[in-house]
Amino acid sequence: MSTDAVVLPRTELTSRPIVARLHDWVTTVDHKRLGILYIVYALVFLVIGGIEATIIRIQLIRPHNDFVSPQVFNRLFTMHGTTMIFFVAMPVLFGFANYLIPLLIGARDMAFPRLNAFSFWMTAFGGLLLYFSLIGANGLYGAGNAPDVGWFAYAPLTSQTFSVGHSTDFWTLALLVSGFGSIGTAINIVATILCMRCPGMTLAKMPLFAWLTLVMGGLVILAVSPLTAAQIMLLIDRYLGGHFFDTQAGGSAVIWMHFFWVFGHPEVYILVLPAFAFASEIIPVFSRKPLFGYPVMVGATIAIGFISMSVWAHHMFTVGMGSAANTFFVISSMTIAVPTGIKIFNWLATMWGGKIEFKTPMLFCIAFILQFLIAGLTGIMLAAAPFDWHLGNSYFVVAHFHYVIVGAILFTLFAAFYYWFPKMLGKMYCETLGKLHFWLFVIGFHLTFDFMHIPGLLGMPRRIYTYEPGRGWDTWNLIVTIGVFFQAAGILVFLGNLIWSYVRGKPAGNDPWDAWTLEWSTNSPPPAYNFYSIPTVKSRRPLWDLKHPDDPDWKYE
Amino acid sequence: MRSRGPSNWRARVSLVVLILGPGTALADAAQPLSPTNIFAPASTPAKSIFGLSLFVLAVTGTIFLVVFSLLLYSVVRFRKRNNDDGIEPPQVYGSNQVELAWTIIPILIVVALFMATARVIAVVQRTPPPGNAVAVTAIGHQFWWEYRYPELGVVTANELHVPVSDPAHPTPTFINLLSVDTDHSFWVPRLAGKTDLIPNHPNTMWMDPQETGVYLGQCAQYCGTQHAKMLLRVYVQSKDEFDRWIQQQRQPATTSIAVSEGQRIFETTACINCHTVSGTVASGRFGPDLTHLMSRDTIAAGAASNTPENLRLWIRNPNAIKPGSLMPAMELEEKDLDALTAYLETLR
Amino acid sequence: MTTTSLTLAPMELVWKPPSRGRVGMFALIAAEAAIFTIFVVAYLFYIGKSLSGPMPREVLSPPFFYTVCLLSSSLTIHFATKALRGADVRMFGAWWFVTIALGAIFLYGTASEWHRLIYRDGLTISTNLFGTTYYSLVGLHGFHVVVGLLCLSLVMAFTLCGVVKQEHAERIDVLSLYWHFVDAVWIVVFTVVYVIGR
Repeated sequence: MSTDAVVLPRTELTSRPIVARLHDWVTTVDHKRLGILYIVYALVFLVIGGIEATIIRIQLIRPHNDFVSPQVFNRLFTMHGTTMIFFVAMPVLFGFANYLIPLLIGARDMAFPRLNAFSFWMTAFGGLLLYFSLIGANGLYGAGNAPDVGWFAYAPLTSQTFSVGHSTDFWTLALLVSGFGSIGTAINIVATILCMRCPGMTLAKMPLFAWLTLVMGGLVILAVSPLTAAQIMLLIDRYLGGHFFDTQAGGSAVIWMHFFWVFGHPEVYILVLPAFAFASEIIPVFSRKPLFGYPVMVGATIAIGFISMSVWAHHMFTVGMGSAANTFFVISSMTIAVPTGIKIFNWLATMWGGKIEFKTPMLFCIAFILQFLIAGLTGIMLAAAPFDWHLGNSYFVVAHFHYVIVGAILFTLFAAFYYWFPKMLGKMYCETLGKLHFWLFVIGFHLTFDFMHIPGLLGMPRRIYTYEPGRGWDTWNLIVTIGVFFQAAGILVFLGNLIWSYVRGKPAGNDPWDAWTLEWSTNSPPPAYNFYSIPTVKSRRPLWDLKHPDDPDWKYE
Repeated sequence: MRSRGPSNWRARVSLVVLILGPGTALADAAQPLSPTNIFAPASTPAKSIFGLSLFVLAVTGTIFLVVFSLLLYSVVRFRKRNNDDGIEPPQVYGSNQVELAWTIIPILIVVALFMATARVIAVVQRTPPPGNAVAVTAIGHQFWWEYRYPELGVVTANELHVPVSDPAHPTPTFINLLSVDTDHSFWVPRLAGKTDLIPNHPNTMWMDPQETGVYLGQCAQYCGTQHAKMLLRVYVQSKDEFDRWIQQQRQPATTSIAVSEGQRIFETTACINCHTVSGTVASGRFGPDLTHLMSRDTIAAGAASNTPENLRLWIRNPNAIKPGSLMPAMELEEKDLDALTAYLETLR
Repeated sequence: MTTTSLTLAPMELVWKPPSRGRVGMFALIAAEAAIFTIFVVAYLFYIGKSLSGPMPREVLSPPFFYTVCLLSSSLTIHFATKALRGADVRMFGAWWFVTIALGAIFLYGTASEWHRLIYRDGLTISTNLFGTTYYSLVGLHGFHVVVGLLCLSLVMAFTLCGVVKQEHAERIDVLSLYWHFVDAVWIVVFTVVYVIGR
C-alpha cells in the first residue's frame, strides 16, 4: 500500500525493505493508514484491558478471595476503566471515523492530514505514559505504581495527602496528552465534514454516519476540554500548592465531580454515537432497504448532542446537591430517552418489510438493538433519582454501563469490523468463524452482564476487592466470572479470524455487500487518493442510483 | 439477629420480573434473599423508593416486552428466504405519522415517570426532623465510621444503634454526614438509599426503621485501599433497649486492678495518640473510640468478629485482617500484647 | 481501476463549502472557550470562600490601561488583515507590528501586576482560594497571549523576509481569529476578576 500518487507495480511494493515500509507507516498522513494505526493500537489495549477485567473477575469469583491484594485490585479497576475508555474505545472509534469519513463524503483525505497524524501520536503516547506508571511512578516514598484512584479520580483522594507518589500524575498526564489528541481529531472531523464533501452532497444528503460523527466531534470539542481544565487544576493542586479541590482550605470535592462529569457524561455519547453510525450504515444494507426516517434520525442525533450536555449530574444524585438540582437532572436525563428511543424504532422500521440477511455484521447489529434497548431501560431506572440512591455506585450501574459499552458499542464495532474488513484489506473474512465469534461472545456477554445486575439490587457496591459471604452475592458473582471466559474465547476467535482472513481470505472486490454509499465505488483497499475522480452525487445512496437508474433515490427523498 | 420483612414476597416477585436474558430459578422461598436487598425495605425512605421502583420497573418492563416482540417478529417474518427472487423489497423512506407516534408516546411516558420520581424526591429529601428525632453525627474516616450522639453525650464507632420507630408515632433518626478525609457513602439498603459523606460538604439523611434487628451495609464510595471492608451495622432496638445502650455508652471506662499492666501499656505507647478511652488520659481522635469496645460485635469496621484472638491479631498485625488500613502494627512483645488485650477485653 | 463513474454535469452545480481553515479555527476556539469556561466557573464559585489571606478587594486594581492596549490590538490586527487583502504589504507589516507591541505591553502589565501581588501583597497561587483561582485564570489567559504573540511574531519574521503576499490574506485572517478570541476572553476575565469578584 503505497502513499505515492502513482500506483507502483506489485513486485516493487512487496520487495521494499521492512525499515522503509515501517517508516512509511510512522510518517504517514494518509487518513486510511492512520485509521488502521488507531484500530490496531486499540486492539492491543483491548487485550490488555480484557486481561485486567479477567483478573478482577477471578478475584471476585468467591467471597474473601485472595487472588490479588487490595492494592493490586484497586489499580486493576482503575487501569481497566481508564484503558478501555481512553485507549480502546476512543482510538478505535476515531480510527473508523478517520478511515471512513473521507470515503463516505467523496473526499481524498481529512481536512488537516498532518494534524491527523499528530493527534494519533499524541493519543498513542498517552497510552504508553499511562502504562509507564507501572515502572515509573515510585516517587519519593517508594509508593506509587499504576494509578489506583478509579477512572474518575475523585478529589480529595487524588490530593498529595491521599495519593502519594506519582501514580495519579501518570493518570492525569496520560489523559491530558491524549485529550489534546482527541481534540485535534475532533477539529479535523468537524472541518472535514463541513468543508470537504463532494459536489452535490449537501448536509441533508450525507450518510447518517457523517452526521453522527459530526455531532460526536462537536461533543469532543465541548466535553474533553472541561476534563483538560480539571486536570490542569489537579496538577496545580498537587504541585503548585493550589486549593481547587483542597477541602481543608475551603475547596470543594464536589466541584471536581461536576467538572469531571461535564466531561464524563458527554463522553459516553461520544462513544455511543459512532456505534449508532455503524448500525445506521449496516442495518439498511442487510435489510435491503434505506434507513427509515433519515431526517428524524438527523434531528434525534442533534437533540442527543445538545441534551447530553445537560444531564451530567445524574452521576451525582447521592452527593447531596439538594432536591431542586436532583429534580432537574432527573427530567433532563429522562428527556434524552426520547430521541434515543426514536432511533431504536427507526432501526426496527428499517428492518421491517425488508429481506434480512444474517451475515455476521447483521447478527451483531441485531444483538445491538436488543442490548441497547435493555441498557437504555436500565438507564431510565437510574435516572429516577431515588431509585439511583440504591442503584448508583453499585454493581447495577456497572452492569448498566457495560451493557452500553460492550453490548451496544463493542457489538456494533464488531459489526463494523466485519462489514468494512473487505474494503480495508481487500479480502473477505471467514463467515463461519465470524458466526462462531458472535455466538461465543453473545453467550458470554449475557452470562456476565445480565446477572451482574442482581448483586447490585442485593446491595453490592462497586470497586470492592472482596465481599462478605452471607449477603446473597456469591452465586451471581460466580456466574458473572464464568461469562468472562466465553467472551475471551470469542475475542480470540475474532483476532484469529482477522489474521487468518488477512493472510488467506478470498479477494473481496469493490462491493461485496451490494451496498449504496461511496466507499463501495472504489477499490478494495482504496488507492491512496481514494477516488479516481471526485464524484458528484444527487441522493443519499449514490450507488443505488447507479444500480437502479430507472428508480433512483433522488426522486423520492 | 436477622429480621424478615413481611414484604419479602414482593421482593422476590420484583426480582423475577427483572431477570432478563437467560432465566434462572431463584433460591428457595424459606431463605431471605439477602440482608441487603433493596426490595425488602424496613424504613420509610426505603419504602418510598421501593414503591417508585415498582412503578419504574413496570413501565420499563412493558416497553421491553413491546419492543422485544417487534424485534423478534421482524427478524423472523422479514428474513430473506432460501427461495428469494433477488428483487429488492419496497424502499420505504419514512413515515411522518409513525415518527410522531413514537415521539409523543415516549414523551408522555417520561412525563409520568418524572412526576412519580419528583414526588419521592420531595418525600425523602424535604422531610424536616421532628422534635423527637434522634440526632446522630456520622463522620467518615478511612476506613471506619465514627458516630456521635451530640444531644445524648455518646461517642462510639462502627456500630450504629437507633430506636425502632412506630409508624403511628414515628421516632426517626436523623444523621448528619461528615468526613475527615476522602469521600465515603452510607448505604444500608433496607433502611435508606445511600448518601455520601464528603469533606467540607455536610449532608443529611434519615431513617425510621419499623422492625428491630441488625441491618447490614457498607461504604459505597471508593475511599482508598480498604474501601471494601468499611462495613456498616445498624442495630435497631426497642426504646428500652436503646435507652439502656445509651446509658451504658455514657459511662466512663471501667477500671480493674487485674488489667492494670495492660492499661499501663495502653497509656504509655502510641495507642493514646489515636484512640480515646473516656476517663483516662487516652483522648486521641484519629481512630475509633475504645471506651466500650467490648459492647461491639465486630472490630475493624466489621472486618472481623470481636473475639480475643482477632483483637490480639489486629493489634499485632492489622494487615492480616485488613491490609492497607491505617492502624499501624504495634510492635509489642508477646507478653505485653497479652496484657494489652486483656485490658481491652474489660472495656465493656 | 474499476471505479464506477459518478460524475454528473458539473456545470449545473454551484458548490462552495466553507473554508477548512476558518472552520478548523472556530472549532479550536470552541474547545478553548470550553476550557476557559471551567476556569471561570471555578473562579465564580470560589468568590468569597477563601478561609484566609488577602481578599480581592484589598489587592486588586483594574488594569485599565493594559486592557485598552490589548483590546486595541484587535483593532490593529483588523487593519492589518484589511491592508493585506488590499495587497498593501507594507501597511500590513506596520499594523501587524503595532499589534504585537500592544500584546507585549499587555503581558508586561500582567507581569508587573503579579510582581506586586507576590512581593508586596503576599498573594501566591498557594496562599488561598482567591490566589489559586486568580493566578490560574489570568495565567491561562496570559499563556494564550504568549502563544498568540509567538505565532504573530513568526508571521512578522516572514513578512520582514518578504515572504508574505496578498494571497496569504485568508490564512492571516484565520490567525487573527485566534487573536480576537484571546481579546474576547480577556473581556470575560476582566469582568469576572476585577468587576464581579471584587
